[in-house]
Amino acid sequence: MSAPADINPHDINVNDVSAPLDPLPGHSSRGRLERVLRRGEFAVTAELNPPDSADPNEVYERAAIFDGWVDGINAVDASGANCHMASTAICALLTRMGYAPILQISCRDRNRIAIQGDILGASAMGVQNILCLTGDGVQAGDQPGAKPVFDLDCMSLLETARTMRDESKFLSGRKITYPPNVFLGAAINPFAPPYDFRPLRLKKKIEAGAQFVQSQYCYDVPMFRAYMNRVVDMGLHEKCYILPALAYLRRRKPRVGCARTYRACIFLTA
Amino acid sequence: MQNGETQTSKLNSTVRGKRQFTIRLWVIRNARFFEWFYEKFASVFLFLHPVWKAVGYQRVEKPMAFVERQVKGLLFDCQMCGSCALSSTGMSCSMNCPKQLRNGPCGGVRANGNCEVEPDMPCVWVKAWEGASRMSRGQIKMMDVQKPVDQSLRNTSSWLRVTAKAAKESEGANL
Repeated sequence: MSAPADINPHDINVNDVSAPLDPLPGHSSRGRLERVLRRGEFAVTAELNPPDSADPNEVYERAAIFDGWVDGINAVDASGANCHMASTAICALLTRMGYAPILQISCRDRNRIAIQGDILGASAMGVQNILCLTGDGVQAGDQPGAKPVFDLDCMSLLETARTMRDESKFLSGRKITYPPNVFLGAAINPFAPPYDFRPLRLKKKIEAGAQFVQSQYCYDVPMFRAYMNRVVDMGLHEKCYILPALAYLRRRKPRVGCARTYRACIFLTA
Repeated sequence: MQNGETQTSKLNSTVRGKRQFTIRLWVIRNARFFEWFYEKFASVFLFLHPVWKAVGYQRVEKPMAFVERQVKGLLFDCQMCGSCALSSTGMSCSMNCPKQLRNGPCGGVRANGNCEVEPDMPCVWVKAWEGASRMSRGQIKMMDVQKPVDQSLRNTSSWLRVTAKAAKESEGANL
């Protein structure tokens, strides 16, 4: 991946693009997204449309579209309960090429044993960002007869990942020799009932470990403004980076890539 | 493929019929009363701790789990997860959520407040928030981050577990 002009040279490891960046004080991860957000800059992330293929080149082709434009690429975990290439594998491929993936983990398909193993494995492969999600129900996808797992939910997943990172412990209390140093994220949906509980749910997610959140598509700006007003009143914007999502409307089905784009509003007081 | 899926969903709805949630929703409307009642009920159970201890918690477990299943099954559509958190979920049993969420509603709640997975069912967590708003400490307790369910406790009595724990704590405090 070539270094484009609009990416801060400090956010690229020139010696080896696939290696993590140098650790910085006060940072949980050694990734670009956390650095950009903590500097108070505008961060852009995009979602990679996962291939239904075992060919790594399909991942590379789709990621190449984002070259130089994004600070993180979301690798979705069978979104919409449709089967695709595994998100951990996509992330492993992306880190090899020097991209900064955001690993999405949903609770639908794997239990706590598998998920904790994935967090360790992904971190070992150079993943610096993890987005903790509940996941769509199995009925939404192409295999509605599948068994829904939901052993954890997004909140207990966040807490588990945070405990693994900060206390070097599994959920069982067993010791981890080297913790997964990741930047933890979650999702918000201000556009679904119960509306007055949604800001409180964000508060709960922050308490459980969320350091950044990505929203569902923001089409309803007045509703999002009302939500953000409450978030700001509660002071949550100072504890967490909030990235609202935009979808670009398209006439044709795109050949590859970009399903949605996230742009960060920096509300954090630096 | 598309046709096959529609047939399956039609079949499901004819086999299962439209579910009724009358009692569950009535309980949530009266969440304040049930909060008060449970406090009294728990203290009676704690008062009876010597009885449970004399008979043996192990021995009383099975009949108690049976009674608990019937009573809570009727009132809350209880799933006997064994880790009851009703007082933190506005008296709406969160194990009835198709995703079995323990910490609040997912992002998929429909605009009419129904579940995305089961379109005819009011979202368990929308109702939980309504119930919690009626309780004296419901909203505060809903902010507690619930631990993942211990699956090894499934089908056991949470009444007895809570009582045994409270008894142990009070004994610890007395010592």
